[in-house]
Amino acid sequence: MGPVTAMSIGLIGRKVGMTSVFQDDGTMVPVSVVAVEPNTITRLRTTLRDGYTAVQLGIEPSKRLSKPESGQLGDLPKVATIREFRVDSVDDYEVGQTLDVSLFAAGDLVDVTGVSKGKGFAGHIKRHHFKRGPKTHGSDHHREPGSIGPGTTPGRVYKGMRMAGHMGDQGATIKKLRVVRTDPERNLVLVKGTLPGSRNALILLKKA
Amino acid sequence: MNVLDEIVQDQLRSDLPELAAGDTVRVSAKVVEGNRERIQVFEGTVMRLRGGGITRSITVRRIASGVGVERTFKVNSPRIEKIEVVRHGQVRRAQLYFLRDRVGKAATLRERRTRG
Repeated sequence: MGPVTAMSIGLIGRKVGMTSVFQDDGTMVPVSVVAVEPNTITRLRTTLRDGYTAVQLGIEPSKRLSKPESGQLGDLPKVATIREFRVDSVDDYEVGQTLDVSLFAAGDLVDVTGVSKGKGFAGHIKRHHFKRGPKTHGSDHHREPGSIGPGTTPGRVYKGMRMAGHMGDQGATIKKLRVVRTDPERNLVLVKGTLPGSRNALILLKKA
Repeated sequence: MNVLDEIVQDQLRSDLPELAAGDTVRVSAKVVEGNRERIQVFEGTVMRLRGGGITRSITVRRIASGVGVERTFKVNSPRIEKIEVVRHGQVRRAQLYFLRDRVGKAATLRERRTRG
């Protein structure tokens, strides 16, 4: 899911929300809190068998897996959510191993992938930051998109013309966010800044 | 308790006095000058309280050398040594923006009598 950003291992988590914390030097930073329960390695992808190398991670126990899904996991914990992380080599990992927040340390940079909040059918002002026309003084051009191109030549609208349409609810990756703190007791990672998606949204943290 | 509150629990301070708009306070803030750290005291009227939990802040106003100066402090900040309430002012609103238009005696607030 989402674009490949870096060939490095990461973790699957869920967004908890945002707050602020004081750093050691007394400055306050806004942080997003991600709950990262220990991830189980459910499979390793190798060049020989699969044509690429990746580590497959799973989280969240499920009682309602289909027989094929359940069979794939075998004796491993029955996990509901599975994602893969492309890596250069799978030699350091083995199936059944668990990865937790100790993968990251304060100060690390991470790429964060999620699905942005859906905005529905949004106008061009919200979606593409167009300017609106005057509200008054006889204006009939309040939230109109303006010209969408020439007339008879070419006689069509160019592809990629920015118009109103569906906005949000699509994959989004934010690169190089700083890890402010990790909390191994509560299985939390605090990342500086905002993350895509709503609370409880699935979040992939990847080493940048 | 919700996780977001738990995270900041140990950074919340319990050694602070009760603050209200109109109070005259003396805020001792740590200031770093080069390599040296010293304490700077800022005394003035609490013009407003803002935010809750870890982000709670106060804006303190004073007239320094004829110029109005407002400083905002995060009350839970580790950079604040202490906050002392010097005097309680009698006010009828939460944000005292009207103080910005006043100078001299007009900018002083009546003292609040604590009911025994």
